[in-house]
Amino acid sequence: MKKTGAQIFIESLRMEGVDTIFCYPGGATLYITDALYYASDIKQIIVRHEQGAVHASDGYSRASGKVGVSLVTSGPGATNTVTGIATAYMDSIPLVIFSCQVNTMLIGNDAFQEADIIGITRPCTKHSYLVRDVNDLARIIKEAFYIARSGRPGPVLVDIPKDVSANIGEFKYTDKVSIRSYKPTYIGHAGQIKKAIKLIASSKRPVLYTGGGIISSGASAELLKFAEKLSIPVTNTLMGLGGFPGNHPLFLGMLGMHGTYAANMAITESDVVIAVGARFDDRATGKVDEFAAHAKIIHVDIDPTSISKNIKVDIPIVGDSRHVLKKMLDFIEEDKEDTKDYPASISEWTKQTKKWQKEYPLTYLKDGTLKPQYVIEKIFELTKGKAIIATEVGQNQMWTAQFYKFLKPRSILTSGGLGTMGYGFPASIGAQVAFPDKLVINMAGDGSIQMNIQELATAVQFNLPVKVVILNNRYLGMVRQWQELFYEKRYNWTQMDHAPDFVKLAEAYGAAGYRIEKEDEVETVLKEAFQNGRPTLIDVRINPDESVYPMVPAGAPLSEMLLV
Amino acid sequence: MRHTISVLVENEFGVLSRIAGLFSGRGFNIESLCVAETLDPTISTMTIVTNGNDAILEQILKQLNKLINVIKVIDFQGLDYVSREMVLVKVHADEKTREELLRMTEIFRGKIIDVSLKTYTIMITGDEEKIKAFLNLIKPLGIKELVRTGPIAMIRGDKTIKASEKHSKGGEDGKNVL
Ligand SMILES: Cc1ncc(C[n+]2csc(CCOP(=O)(O)OP(=O)(O)O)c2C)c(N)n1
Repeated sequence: MKKTGAQIFIESLRMEGVDTIFCYPGGATLYITDALYYASDIKQIIVRHEQGAVHASDGYSRASGKVGVSLVTSGPGATNTVTGIATAYMDSIPLVIFSCQVNTMLIGNDAFQEADIIGITRPCTKHSYLVRDVNDLARIIKEAFYIARSGRPGPVLVDIPKDVSANIGEFKYTDKVSIRSYKPTYIGHAGQIKKAIKLIASSKRPVLYTGGGIISSGASAELLKFAEKLSIPVTNTLMGLGGFPGNHPLFLGMLGMHGTYAANMAITESDVVIAVGARFDDRATGKVDEFAAHAKIIHVDIDPTSISKNIKVDIPIVGDSRHVLKKMLDFIEEDKEDTKDYPASISEWTKQTKKWQKEYPLTYLKDGTLKPQYVIEKIFELTKGKAIIATEVGQNQMWTAQFYKFLKPRSILTSGGLGTMGYGFPASIGAQVAFPDKLVINMAGDGSIQMNIQELATAVQFNLPVKVVILNNRYLGMVRQWQELFYEKRYNWTQMDHAPDFVKLAEAYGAAGYRIEKEDEVETVLKEAFQNGRPTLIDVRINPDESVYPMVPAGAPLSEMLLV
Repeated sequence: MRHTISVLVENEFGVLSRIAGLFSGRGFNIESLCVAETLDPTISTMTIVTNGNDAILEQILKQLNKLINVIKVIDFQGLDYVSREMVLVKVHADEKTREELLRMTEIFRGKIIDVSLKTYTIMITGDEEKIKAFLNLIKPLGIKELVRTGPIAMIRGDKTIKASEKHSKGGEDGKNVL
């Protein structure tokens, strides 16, 4: 069937089941923008900055598990997406970003609003395409979605020149993709899996260390079953939060730089680490040489490049986390004898990890001032853990990771790998679009929120009642914390006293604004804000001196924690 | 340590920049890189000489494999393979040295492909050792300019590298053929 490029674009999105795109127009998008005028079945969320569009599609994807889609114009529109793309790339989030491009004839001529966006984004995309012929468009879109969501997921960019969107071509959507050079491995090697079980069965101090792979492969049910069956304590990375219930007796909390004492000690003392869908990021491992120095390491990951990159692995298993955990469970069921007595045989170890948890719980000084940790505990209480929480980056992110108990996968949206300030708010907008009836909260810092605050207009325009809780310490808090600890309190660049009045700002945008200054206001204000049905900013004036503890100084081993 | 790697890639625009970008972005070193179409015009071979320890090499191989356009990666380490490079060298040639240059070119099975009143341009192909030896010998005579292709490599014997099948190590036959 003959169609224009713009129509082929829309039909292809429909074939992929896309119901929402986050977009921003320009000269190069006009044919597509115009064709979308009639496509009322595709929700078009117009943002205020292209970075916001990509972060929003990322939040949409993390919350829903679907591929997030954004569409921007050429040149500045395309370059504005880079931070969003890099954020998704580092956290393996499946996105398809459509950038429009100048006319094919003009490419390479330094034309008006031209940028080599393929070249610019090459290091932060899983793959990218420049469409040069309208007849390739449907196939390329099919491949882009396939690549984004399969294997180790990631962002794929498709650059569509303006004339390609105008030209007439044949529309034929194939239902199969075959790329000879791309065949991800899902099935873990049976021999290796058996070896891993043997090693676990012979271990005395095992720890499960899990990451974002649990979330993206949908393996949390298998993880829970596996951990419970063998009674193995679980720690996870920031990206793994929610992959294992945060209130489970076997859960040690997050590990790493701001991890719990119990998690970091358990890793340090372990004799077998079972790493599943985690990549040994330096924020998680601390000093690499001393990470689990006495342990044998089993590593399950879909991406072979992650294996033995930072840490030498004893049993590598390339495959999908869910498949491998399932297989492990099958093997355990088959020869029950091997592991029947296992939980009892490691009871001393589980007692030890419990002791650590009891002796050094996550805590903070209760001195009558308004503490961020208290606010987060209250939010957990009020939401019963049922909210979707997006964070910014910094102390707000770490306190949220520590004090909100994430019970379900896809309940935290946070920039783990790149650490992008300004991510959380647009991401929360994306999540709210995916789940209009859920409570979506953005835990923000007063610094971070100012990086994409213009998206308040988007939230108001599309009636997205996200709640932004600004933990306002009048500082770039996390940097201030490092200056306090390691630079003798020379707070250069980090004092944020020239901030807007956030309540008035919210109102200026047509959103609701609240301020909290004392502990006894927290509950009432939050309750009202959570029920008002409107986009809302809550300016919480926390004690500016509060720091995040425990803390492992950069480059130190996990066992060397600064405690409260 | 030095490694020779062959990479079969889709013969599409932009692939070379993906490969080169991977090396520069991850701090890997490329010593030389040769690219050309194969028998199958949809596939190109890149022969890359790089260096690094085992851990670095392992990352290079895995990262190359991860690129969507890469069909196959072969590390020649541990395989029995032949490798050749071509060098064009312009040498100062006067009455005293012409004879000597001719003789050496012959011994090394090179060719004189251009002559001027003051120079010879010699083409020589061979493996690294041979080229090194030749250049060392003529250096004293005065090399004016030199260009080299960087090596290309192939497994010895009847084994071939096909896009569709896993490669195996080379056989014994033909071992001593130049
Ligand atoms: C885009 C970006 N720029 C700079 C940084 C470096 N950085 C990390 S945390 C931080 C401070 C964040 O301050 P704020 O948003 O107020 O949060 P707080 O730490 O006070 O909770 C900065 C500047 C970053 N992560 N991202």
